[in-house]
Amino acid sequence: MTTAASKPEAGRETTTEKDKGLRAYRQMVRIRLFEEQVNELYTRALMPGLAHLYSGEEAVAVGICEALRIDDYITSTHRGHGHCLAKGASPDRMFAELLGKEAGYCRGKGGSMHIADPATGNLGANAIVGGSVGIATGAAFAAKRLGNGRVAVCFFGEGALGQGSLYEVMNLAQLWKLPVIYVCENNLYNEYTHFSETTAGTILGRAAAFGIEAASVDGQDVRAVHEVATRLVQRARAGEGPTFLQADTYRYSGHHVGDINREYYRSKQEEQHWKTERDPIKLHANWLLSQSQADAATLEQITTEARAEMETAVKFAIATPYPSVDQVEQDVYA
Amino acid sequence: MPERELTFAQAVREALAEEMRRDSRVCIFGEDVAEAGTPFKVLSGLVEEFGAERVVDTPISEAGFTGVGVGAAMTGLRPVVDIMFGDFLTLTMDQMVNQAAKAHYMSGGHWRVPMVMRTTLGATRRSAAQHSQSLHAWFSHVPGLKVVLPSTPYDAKGLLKTAIRDENPVVFFEDKMMYKLKGPVPAEDYTIPLGVADVKRVGKDITLVATSSMVQVALGAAIMLEREGISAEVVDPRTTWPLDEKTIIESAKKTSRVIVLDEGYGRYGVTAELAAVIAEGAFYDLDAPVKRMGAMHVPIPFSPPLEDVTVPTEETVSEAARQLCNKG
Repeated sequence: MTTAASKPEAGRETTTEKDKGLRAYRQMVRIRLFEEQVNELYTRALMPGLAHLYSGEEAVAVGICEALRIDDYITSTHRGHGHCLAKGASPDRMFAELLGKEAGYCRGKGGSMHIADPATGNLGANAIVGGSVGIATGAAFAAKRLGNGRVAVCFFGEGALGQGSLYEVMNLAQLWKLPVIYVCENNLYNEYTHFSETTAGTILGRAAAFGIEAASVDGQDVRAVHEVATRLVQRARAGEGPTFLQADTYRYSGHHVGDINREYYRSKQEEQHWKTERDPIKLHANWLLSQSQADAATLEQITTEARAEMETAVKFAIATPYPSVDQVEQDVYA
Repeated sequence: MPERELTFAQAVREALAEEMRRDSRVCIFGEDVAEAGTPFKVLSGLVEEFGAERVVDTPISEAGFTGVGVGAAMTGLRPVVDIMFGDFLTLTMDQMVNQAAKAHYMSGGHWRVPMVMRTTLGATRRSAAQHSQSLHAWFSHVPGLKVVLPSTPYDAKGLLKTAIRDENPVVFFEDKMMYKLKGPVPAEDYTIPLGVADVKRVGKDITLVATSSMVQVALGAAIMLEREGISAEVVDPRTTWPLDEKTIIESAKKTSRVIVLDEGYGRYGVTAELAAVIAEGAFYDLDAPVKRMGAMHVPIPFSPPLEDVTVPTEETVSEAARQLCNKG
């Protein structure tokens, strides 16, 4: 399976392709600026709990979700803000959820690690590592059974490769040819431990053991991710069964916002290398400029608009009320 | 016309078949649920009527297919997940406790998990420590789950139909020693609401609050006690959550003496919760401390004479009742 993006011939780009390129850029910038606001909220002690930032990994969520329909399903992780936004969630309700406010996606009951949204097919971010693999596979089972043509994407980090339930559901998905795509976001670190210390064998070898078609992709290259995702989604929709995608990427921040002193597990030079040489937003911007699909002013405008959107969303979240205490016992049961 | 009788297993099967006919979203997942009809033969014939797409044989992967059940329930199906022996529930705990139980609340009420997990409990089958436990207390402890403990064929059918129609994850425990128990089951459609206790026998001197397998033990003990002039009332909560506290407390107030009986481990178990409910609700009407009787605090042993003493019996229950009534 190839992973390189095909280069459009000069002058052959359609408006649609140009729009897609700019849209991917905008989505990645929105995620980056969302996370910058989260960091700010957290460090200003306005945000309770934990915050696991997605910065650096934007091309994975965007490249994949841009290949999905609004009614396709995703399951996400504790590092899930990027998946939610890429699937279409709105920042104001996300920030409201992060602050525990009633206007949040989960009425404040879920928080950063549990954003869920039926309107965008988001079955929920999950704070158990590998906790959503069954849910995603079950959604694919239902989609196949109901014949609605939907596809489920199961996002998880390479840390989830240590969980046995992942292999149980991969076995089921392949036996039953379910329309599910297992996306392993390999950001190199299981919390504070390099994945090479926790992962025997190869990542793709795990999929091969079940006869599941697998690919790896440069997770910093949004066009490459999108190209392979488009193919895997079409394959799933056509009834050809599950696939597995290893997206190699990097987590710019610590495991969570409070993970400041990281040099005992990774060097500043390594972080700097990824940020300067491998940044998915910069790489895509350079490509857009080099292909004359956008000029610098257009990209700057996208950033300005996204920043304003996030600032407005944060203001909304800060101003909007907490749930009343009498809601604590609501929705335990349907 | 004579009353129709079914075994407990037949009643369960009939409930499933009726609900699968009524609602095409209902499907079954589990190990050897299709052609084999499970080792207990409870599901025999269902795959022939509903096909392998709805009666789905799975690999031996309890966590995996339970998780698939949760996801399928969230997205339009109504799965009935079959966990052959209740002891295997340990393998499903994350899916049930962290996923199924919390999806509705955690999503602010947006996602629902209308799923039933059918499983078994009960000792004295000579199956030893990993095939004999009654672990329903664990699930009763977790907000978001409902827990059903039928004790008769009639209850099994009516409660299972309700569980399948419920919008929440419901764990349905069947006593594997009870599958051949016969009892009246009407042919017409009926359901039994969750959270409504049933007074299985009316009495005035002592209340035996009993669940699942212990209901038959309590009824047997009540007959023994009757001969000695002790009138025992048997109250079956039928569900540990939701729990019909009112009926239990009213019976305790009426008789003033209570034994609570449950085949789960006694320590920190269902009996402890029931005893606390009675203590809080009927303390000033009691003439004796509430007596708890559950499985001994040991792994269930294999050797028959050892296994037999681990769970309450008609004899041990009637003896405890005599002592509570000062007739020991």
